[in-house]
Amino acid sequence: MQRIGVFVCWCGTNIAATVDIDTVVEAMKYEPGVVHASDYQYMCSEAGQSKIKQAIKEHNLTGIVVCACSPRMHETTFRKAAKAAGLNQYMVEIANIREHCAWIHKDRKEATEKAVVLARTAVAKLNLNTPLTPGESSVVKRALVIGGGIAGIQSALDIAEAGYEVDIVEKQPTIGGKMAQLDKTFPTLDCAACILTPKMVDAASHENINLYTYSEVDSVGGFVGNFNVKIRKKARSVKADICSGCGICTEKCPSRKAENEFNLGLNKRGAIYIPFAQAIPNVPVIDRDQCIKFKTGKCGLCAKVCPADAIDFSQQDEIVEKQYGAVVLATGFNPIKLDNFDEFGYSQSKDVITSLELERIMNAAGPTGGKLLRPSDNGHPHTMVFVQCVGSRDTTGCGKTYCSKICCMYTAKHAMLIREKYPDVDVHVFYIDVRTPGKNFDEFYRRAAEDYGVNYIKGMVGKVAPTNGKLLVQGSDLIADRQLVIEADMVVLATAIEPDQTAKSLATMLTASIDTNNFFTEAHPKLRPVESPTAGVFLSGVCQGPKDIPETVAQASAAAVKVIGLLSKDKLMCNPCVANSNELLCNGCSNCQHVCPYGAIDYVEKEFRAGGKTSLRRVAQVNEAICQGCGACTVVCPSGAMDLKGFTNQQIMAEVDAICR
Amino acid sequence: MTFDYYPGCTLKTKAKDLDIHARNAALALGIELEELPEWQCCGAVYPIARDEIATRLTSVRALASARDRGRELLTLCSACHHVIKRVNNDIQTDDEIRNKVNNYLAPDIEYNGETKVVHYLEMLRDTVGFDTIREKAVKPMTGKRIGAYYGCLLLRPNNVMAFDNPENPTIMEDFIRALGAEPVLYPYRNECCGGYVAMDDKNLAAQKCKNITSSALERDVDMLITACPLCMYNLDINTNTAEETKLPIYYFTELLAQVLDI
Repeated sequence: MQRIGVFVCWCGTNIAATVDIDTVVEAMKYEPGVVHASDYQYMCSEAGQSKIKQAIKEHNLTGIVVCACSPRMHETTFRKAAKAAGLNQYMVEIANIREHCAWIHKDRKEATEKAVVLARTAVAKLNLNTPLTPGESSVVKRALVIGGGIAGIQSALDIAEAGYEVDIVEKQPTIGGKMAQLDKTFPTLDCAACILTPKMVDAASHENINLYTYSEVDSVGGFVGNFNVKIRKKARSVKADICSGCGICTEKCPSRKAENEFNLGLNKRGAIYIPFAQAIPNVPVIDRDQCIKFKTGKCGLCAKVCPADAIDFSQQDEIVEKQYGAVVLATGFNPIKLDNFDEFGYSQSKDVITSLELERIMNAAGPTGGKLLRPSDNGHPHTMVFVQCVGSRDTTGCGKTYCSKICCMYTAKHAMLIREKYPDVDVHVFYIDVRTPGKNFDEFYRRAAEDYGVNYIKGMVGKVAPTNGKLLVQGSDLIADRQLVIEADMVVLATAIEPDQTAKSLATMLTASIDTNNFFTEAHPKLRPVESPTAGVFLSGVCQGPKDIPETVAQASAAAVKVIGLLSKDKLMCNPCVANSNELLCNGCSNCQHVCPYGAIDYVEKEFRAGGKTSLRRVAQVNEAICQGCGACTVVCPSGAMDLKGFTNQQIMAEVDAICR
Repeated sequence: MTFDYYPGCTLKTKAKDLDIHARNAALALGIELEELPEWQCCGAVYPIARDEIATRLTSVRALASARDRGRELLTLCSACHHVIKRVNNDIQTDDEIRNKVNNYLAPDIEYNGETKVVHYLEMLRDTVGFDTIREKAVKPMTGKRIGAYYGCLLLRPNNVMAFDNPENPTIMEDFIRALGAEPVLYPYRNECCGGYVAMDDKNLAAQKCKNITSSALERDVDMLITACPLCMYNLDINTNTAEETKLPIYYFTELLAQVLDI
């Protein structure tokens, strides 16, 4: 018989305001096995923990139930406390009466009843707990960074500097990401290329960093410390090791119909191309959908002019399989599509552009050589209107409910730069709120509005009507309480950002969770912001939520620190809650082997002696180092031979019984 | 298929063209429109105040009567459609309004928003099918450039009206294509004509209408179509008085009857 102690936490008023603590404590005193029940205001605090330790010793407890917050939050804390008092740490059960009870109920009576049920369920389970001892697993001293934008580059550089190998997988032909497309960066207005391209070079030349550009992650297996990853190196049709990057092929290519993605379709590129002059690696790639050779079999001009003989039309995708101890997700973002926002006339007029398109127009290496020209006729614009929150903070269902965070600042930047370079241009900015928290950010915005004469208008635009070669912008000025119509030459839409599409498939591969907007979820929103809930998977940059460059770099370095901490360990403690098979009951059906996502189950032939006879049977065996304790095998096992330590079928039935009692 | 048809007051007086051609065209397309017996005015303006019950009652009477007859309720006038559909939504989603209305009307069977409200255009699209119209077109309007004028009552609020994309609607353009003509997109096709503001501020309505017609004329339309008697009134008196904004405006049912050669 166990000797169980129950500890009910108030969590200040978080639990105590909704759950009657005394009732819970009193009810627990009469549960089977319980010899001690008490409560405290903050059980996780030093004082709370010592109360637990003291009670374990005083009452000679064999296990404890802590009725508190989610086990995600403090299970480790209470396990440590129990261990310090001499208990096996798996003799600790958490009844989550905060997230699962107090926070989601309003009625005190109902919530208290539910808290009692949750607590007695944990007691019922604990009565059947047995001490468990975790094993150990090795750590592969190499990290994988998925995404080669500023977030991925920074994480990789920091990990590499600490002496560990890092591979960056980037799906585009070059690293650099969105930052490479920007013109200037707020709030200091240094040019994006000047601060990014040296980092790109550092990453490429670092002895510990290996780049897989124009590559994608095909599959991920394994677990923390031992991820098995298949990387697909897409066929460039150019031998990267021979190519000198001279660029003759890109100049001579006769196909000029493809939209230049790097310039967001504002101009055309050849079928063989290098995205931009400072691309890394400086190796072209053939766009096979556009290439005349691939479409008709004729041409091959690039191969003829290549002085290094590097063009290879027969190149195939290549799969590289590698092991990693940790994975950093740095998959970034894209502006949303504007199909749902036809009122702004993006599809009706070339002169309605997105802010990222304006970045390219303003960029000295962009399609207009940095000159502010109206896309429809290359004329000089005299009046420009910026519309903020296009698709952000949207409650109609057409866009995103969240604030994209970067738009207020880059719009202020655009407006200021235009007013400085072209003082004759009138610039109007429509906004809902101007949000500029951040070091030197508000000062920056005020400079745009006060020193540079940008006309900020509080209100939204209802319609942009292309009329007689102009854009009639209809909006409201909420402060003056009047309707405005501005005759503009260009309209710039501060488009909401969303996570890159690859986030969703990667989340599935890595069993890393994503939220309703497809941003990766952090292990804890405040205290573990750069870790995914999946062990060994870390988050860097906008893939976790909208951020600007300084925040992205800070998070990238933070993720790197977490990776370094993990890779610096020689052994990792395994989860002892793994499956095990009762060989006497196993009928050899292989169901468990088929459903196991980790390949942890093998079948062996084994001799069994019963009733004086010896028979050879095929039975399941679990490799405990590989098993992650997901429990899928226990569900499909028809004979009940497969069981999960710490979550046995018996324990789960006891919990169900306790709930139904 | 037979619908209960709710014509509304305007269609009996100023907008007879909208009504009569709709009835004839429906007949030619195999749809029976049976006028709802003893219908009353919808109130013409949807009451924004949540505690305003009296002006919702006539719509509920029409809705309950269609429910009792086991029919869907077909509307044509944009204003009637707007009011009746929104009141139906109130009954479906607002307990307080539903209770008060039922307490007041005390119908034999409580009305809980069971009736489906269908606009004539939705009937053409979903029940008849635009392809059928194309097939039955005797005199297709080949070569005509027609601008659809939606106004606001059919489209907004989108979550209740669920008529079409409020910023980029297509149903009328699809209808125009079914007539054999060419739909012309122009930016102001879903802007308000001024509506009842015309009674209070003639100039404002005039300006709104001028924006609409000049934006359509800039794109070389031959004519505009509308489903709303109030839009028709505003557009007509405000733009067809001056030579430079003159533009023929028709109810969409007029063109439908013409194409079907009725």
